[in-house]
Amino acid sequence: GLFVWHLKNTGIRQIPCQFVHLCRVANDRLITFQYFNFLKRMYVTQYNKDLSQRAKPKSDSVASPFRELQQLDQEKKVIHKIRPISPVHQPLSETSSRNELREIKSAAETEDSGPPVRAESKEDRQWKEMKLRLDDLPGILARLSKIKLTALVVSTASAGFAMAPVPFDLMCFLLASLGTGLASCAANSINQFFEVPFDSNMNRTKNRPLVRGQISPLLAVCFAASCGVPGIALLTLGVNPLTGALGAFNIFLYTCCYTPMKRMSIANTWVGAVVGAIPPVMGWTAATGSLDAGALLLGGILYSWQFPHFNALSWGLREDYSRGGYCMMSVTHPGLCRRVALRHCLALIGLSTVAPVLDITTWTFPIISLPINLYISYLGFQFYRDADRSSSRKLFFCSLWHLPMLLLVMFTCKKSLLEKEDKGDLLGGNHGRAMEITLP
Amino acid sequence: PPAHSRNDWIGPPDKHSNLRPVIFYVPPEESPLERRLREARQEAQACNQHFWARHNCAFRQEKEEFIYSRLKAKGLEMRDETGQKATLNAEEMADFYKDFLSKNFRKHMQYNRDWYKRNFTITFLMGQVALARALRWLRWKKKNVGN
Repeated sequence: GLFVWHLKNTGIRQIPCQFVHLCRVANDRLITFQYFNFLKRMYVTQYNKDLSQRAKPKSDSVASPFRELQQLDQEKKVIHKIRPISPVHQPLSETSSRNELREIKSAAETEDSGPPVRAESKEDRQWKEMKLRLDDLPGILARLSKIKLTALVVSTASAGFAMAPVPFDLMCFLLASLGTGLASCAANSINQFFEVPFDSNMNRTKNRPLVRGQISPLLAVCFAASCGVPGIALLTLGVNPLTGALGAFNIFLYTCCYTPMKRMSIANTWVGAVVGAIPPVMGWTAATGSLDAGALLLGGILYSWQFPHFNALSWGLREDYSRGGYCMMSVTHPGLCRRVALRHCLALIGLSTVAPVLDITTWTFPIISLPINLYISYLGFQFYRDADRSSSRKLFFCSLWHLPMLLLVMFTCKKSLLEKEDKGDLLGGNHGRAMEITLP
Repeated sequence: PPAHSRNDWIGPPDKHSNLRPVIFYVPPEESPLERRLREARQEAQACNQHFWARHNCAFRQEKEEFIYSRLKAKGLEMRDETGQKATLNAEEMADFYKDFLSKNFRKHMQYNRDWYKRNFTITFLMGQVALARALRWLRWKKKNVGN
């Protein structure tokens, strides 16, 4: 079993020093993962899983609700700070409650359900009036828009912006981040709007606002429109049309392709990986205004990362996927699932090597990133070979710190503009200018 | 829900379908549009409940049968010496999950189509009702201000 830790704060506030994680041994979980380019912190969430399946007889209705209540009432508060360099710490204790978790969308494609409150478990059993209270609205909308996942999407877009070989424009950066965030909120809200009965049946997602009737579907759609339209408009008019188009396309891809496809074909995973790869591309195009090879490389890195991340995670959720009717590789094509994960771990090594060739980073990048890429590939290989819960868990947790580390190393190895200018001068044969500089 | 309440009430998740039942409030001056909305929601709720309750029960039952047959093939009993229920590990259950998913694929496709249609209809009706109510309120306001 694993534990889920999730942030108490739901806002996109800048994280100071310590975080108190509420570790809840309940049926709902959420994965939170935040990283900053300059602060190396990571919060890992884990989820609880049964170590083995139990046959529950239909008549055994007395035992199961009791067990459920027990799980819901248990709770632990842990303060935890993990340094990305050290491996993920194992949870302090394990329980046998079950949980599932997963929803892909962006870099983290790490799903994110609302923060279940301690007292809610008892209240959950009661009948509630379906009346919207204005004080609850911010929290409800935060959960509807999967605000934490949105924050992660925005950070990958910022990474894309930061890696672009242009002077840093703060205004552009802020507009691009805001636009991306709004687009992400819209997409997430529509996703939840589509998936109400399925979310009710999966442990991870059953506390979502629409499932619990805290908000009407009409309001959810209106909220999505009021985020999406200004978001895309902001990107198109305030940044550039290319970024706006990419944002609109991504919303479409996520809501109209990925979400329905989850129930139709395993190809949804590939579509979801593209959805995750687009935000950094958007960040890049916001900065430069064009789709360079660098943008595609960054997108490619995020695309490849999605597979070890998601495939490893979905390995433990097979029962809920099967029951819920979700077509995922881990259920229908387990061999493929592991092969693809391994393949993309190795692809990450290759993509990291291409970065200096495209003049995005110096040659130190593939060298420094080699250890972490090799490590994730090693775990990917173990997962491929062993195909069991422990190897899938190891791979999943590795993916959580691997991405921020990789992006951070990439940023520190970024080829500076000055270097590039010098190179350009030399190539242009502009020796005269160089002479000018050296003369007193 | 209390008699004086003018709102819908939503309850805890159903044991079989995991869906939350809603008790709809019928206002005395319900317009035909509002009635259509309410009936659409009731129908959707009933269909969803029916589908998921049946589906989840079938899942539980088939899972048990699978475990039973596998244990029998291995020569084990349902309960071991200590009286605990014998279980299969995740890898053995994987066969069952794959099978169950493919068996129910057509059913899910049909349900998906149904659900999306219903969801859109209900939301659209909600929009119409909201618009109608807003117009009514504006007319009332204008009348009052005029007076």
